[in-house]
Amino acid sequence: MTSEPAILTHGLTKSYGHDDAVRGLDLSIGRNRITAFLGRNGAGKSTTIKMLLGLIRPTSGSGTVLGKQITDAEQNRRMRQRVAYVAEDKSLYGYMTVEQTINFARSFYSDWHVDAEKKLLLDSELPANRKVKSLSKGMRTKLALLLAFARRPELLILDEPSEGLDPVGIEDLLRTLVSCSADGVSVFFSSHQIAEVERVADHICILDKGCLLMDASVDQLRQSYRRIDMVFPSPPPEREFQISGVKRIRTAGNQVRIFSSGNAEAVVERARNLRVVSVEVAPVGLRDVFLETVREN
Amino acid sequence: MFFKLDATAGQPLYLQLMQQIRHATETGALKDGDQLPGIRTLAEKLVVSPNTIAKAYSELEHEGLLELRHGSGAFVCVKRRIRSMADSVHAARRRIRDLIERLRDDGLIDEEIRRAFEAELLFPVEIASKR
Repeated sequence: MTSEPAILTHGLTKSYGHDDAVRGLDLSIGRNRITAFLGRNGAGKSTTIKMLLGLIRPTSGSGTVLGKQITDAEQNRRMRQRVAYVAEDKSLYGYMTVEQTINFARSFYSDWHVDAEKKLLLDSELPANRKVKSLSKGMRTKLALLLAFARRPELLILDEPSEGLDPVGIEDLLRTLVSCSADGVSVFFSSHQIAEVERVADHICILDKGCLLMDASVDQLRQSYRRIDMVFPSPPPEREFQISGVKRIRTAGNQVRIFSSGNAEAVVERARNLRVVSVEVAPVGLRDVFLETVREN
Repeated sequence: MFFKLDATAGQPLYLQLMQQIRHATETGALKDGDQLPGIRTLAEKLVVSPNTIAKAYSELEHEGLLELRHGSGAFVCVKRRIRSMADSVHAARRRIRDLIERLRDDGLIDEEIRRAFEAELLFPVEIASKR
């Protein structure tokens, strides 16, 4: 049961006319970890999330969330009881106060934790009697998150949760994600902000133009991606460095810069054979991995 | 104790955490029997995935440096041999100082020496020993 992925899709596709918003997506998101779903604006992240939740129907392909078929209405209903979702627009009723909104939401869910709700409300410093329509964007986001976090779902899906939050708000949000994860909740959230992802995520998936470009553990990325800057006595043949793991080779006169997803030792070994004058191997931050991967596409 | 994890470094966060705990026991900042924060507490404080803390703690338990007691957290167990680690570090610094002096005499500038050190350090242990 627990070895079954939280999210699993096969060839998931959504087309609008001739445009594919999502193309043949094969996702496998493990449980008990924090997964970041990265991509530029318009990469297809929201469309994917909406398909997972059964809010829009895939053009082709299939998928399961917590083992339930996403296109089956009855299975979808049962899945939604165990999944909390925070939408990008965080739609709330403007005429209700914060307190009324919380009471309203509480009445729907059997997995609602009153203790968690009280703590979250206190930490969030939301004014209980203020009407939702007069809340700032940051406060609305906090309220939408509170409604999701006050439940203890098996899976938490958030679409661009940090949008519109200030740095303190983002830090609070990430801390809450961490605390949910410590409770055993699987977390899947989309973002286009690398900086907020790189600390909390165990795993990242990069989506670009509707295609999955990367699906890797963050530890793995940190350990294997390297940028190698080398200087040679004369311009070296580029093909010497076309080996497995090397993603990109750039040359400028006697200088060579290599971006590799592994195998840096082999690159340096070859450079030595070519009488390299200077070698500098540097780790590559997630930001550059993202930029290079998307650029390559 | 204080931790500083660098998310932009090319080293997994759990390894950074392990090194800092190990270093703290070598310098005496952490002593035998000291208690470390629980996984949830430390994860929330550092704002990192609980899996990062769990992995670091369990690897250190494997090394015998931590003892994990269910429900009550992680405790440091420093054996005698750790004391001699501090001496080794001391000796190593002396050797590195001598080496750097010699490289400077050979006309290398500090920036070049630093690059060479960092390039060598990036090799995993097994490859370095083969050479």
